[in-house]
Amino acid sequence: MSESAILRTPLYGLHVEFGARLAPFAGYEMPIQYGSGILAEHLQTRASAGLFDVSHMGQARLEGPDHATTARALERLCPADILALAAGRQRYTQFLNADGGVIDDLMVTRPPGADGRLNLVVNASRKAIDFALLDAALPADVRLTRLDQAALIAVQGPAAARALARLAPESDIAAMQFMSARPIQFGAFETQVSRSGYTGEDGFEISLSARDAEAFARRLLAESEIEPIGLGARDSLRLEAGLCLYGHELDETIDPVEAGLAWSIQKRRRVEGGFPGAGRIQRALADGPARRRVGIRLDGRALAREGAEIVGASGEPIGRVTSGGFGPSVGAPIAMGYVASAAAAPGTPLALMVRGKPLAARVAPLPFHPHAYHRG
Amino acid sequence: MSDIRFTKDHEYVRVDGDVGTVGISDHAQHQLGDVVFVELPALGAKFEKGAGAAVVESVKAASDVFAPVSGEVVAVNGDVDAEPGLINQDALGRGWIMKVKLADPKELDALMSESAYDAFLKTLE
Repeated sequence: MSESAILRTPLYGLHVEFGARLAPFAGYEMPIQYGSGILAEHLQTRASAGLFDVSHMGQARLEGPDHATTARALERLCPADILALAAGRQRYTQFLNADGGVIDDLMVTRPPGADGRLNLVVNASRKAIDFALLDAALPADVRLTRLDQAALIAVQGPAAARALARLAPESDIAAMQFMSARPIQFGAFETQVSRSGYTGEDGFEISLSARDAEAFARRLLAESEIEPIGLGARDSLRLEAGLCLYGHELDETIDPVEAGLAWSIQKRRRVEGGFPGAGRIQRALADGPARRRVGIRLDGRALAREGAEIVGASGEPIGRVTSGGFGPSVGAPIAMGYVASAAAAPGTPLALMVRGKPLAARVAPLPFHPHAYHRG
Repeated sequence: MSDIRFTKDHEYVRVDGDVGTVGISDHAQHQLGDVVFVELPALGAKFEKGAGAAVVESVKAASDVFAPVSGEVVAVNGDVDAEPGLINQDALGRGWIMKVKLADPKELDALMSESAYDAFLKTLE
């Protein structure tokens, strides 16, 4: 990060009070873990529910005269079909550079009721770049507003819906579909809720004013199912869920097809193009990419971490680990990385070089831990 | 009569006769967080003082365990191989890593006593 002062989220005081171990992350002083530790927090989220402060992420609003105008403006930067996004629905996409490399990945929500408006959530580490990109690319009739005064709280886990329904009994929140979004009133707290997350579990992301964030988080944590969870467990949860982390599985040299994100490029966009790097991406879709993101299971119990070289059966380098560690729910070391497409089939034997020694491993299907999204 | 000594790298050696039991301090296990893997040395391996002898991996990071004294490995703790979390639960007891036959007991004089190590930890705060 630059020398600029480290930032705090609206929940900083709460993190300190709950005994968090804090560390700088993307310019913010963030909780890495609380007293019970990363393993316990990970398992708590899988078994019950966890509260994650993700207020460091970049929230913004696009406003144009109507949905088609705003959607087409955003479609110039990303390959998802935003035009077809229904009111009250959310979609995952990426900002791409002219080579089809990923500048950032983001969530786009079309809120119900406000025609011409889209809400964006981008990565904390990339928000300055993303917002500059949008400022430069948007037409005069589509306005970008950064929501720097908004907090974002994720509640994830199988008990999340039950606990939240108790706090908003009139809302029917438990009936929301995965990747849907709408405003929900929790008592005095006005919020925007989407049923989505970054853990592979059922869960919600709740945007609200920074002013209300601490009181609302305290109310959530008063529910017996919900415990505070730090970024350490957030990372092990998303790794088990096979989800990309920007700066690891995604960067400006990696396109969404080799990253295994072709599902996020809907048919109309594949055919029509009209997004940065469309040529490379259409070729990769037609011919298959030269390399692919894969899951990797190690045969033994030693861990391989980011940066470890991946070698093929005869010791030749074929790629590099982008994320690796211990999967608490899997109960074994796991990793993701990029390998040549010829070596990307599940079951392919390979080795990961750790401290100069090859650790036997094989390509594994993603996710490592099954998703539990609420598809109704 | 056993005597425990610490290094600035947060290893300990508990000496009993000419054998030292080596592990990481309670402070070290707390800093590392949940330990999920321990790479133990081979029986019979010989280390110079300060050489990397084992690796303790937590959910967060891998950490080298440097030999606090020179000597030959005469035992390794199979229990931490099977249950790495023992290092978190009882670093100075059941979470030991290896036993070393001391090559030069005088090396112990350069290590910190328990009270000196506690004072050293206070300087890190």
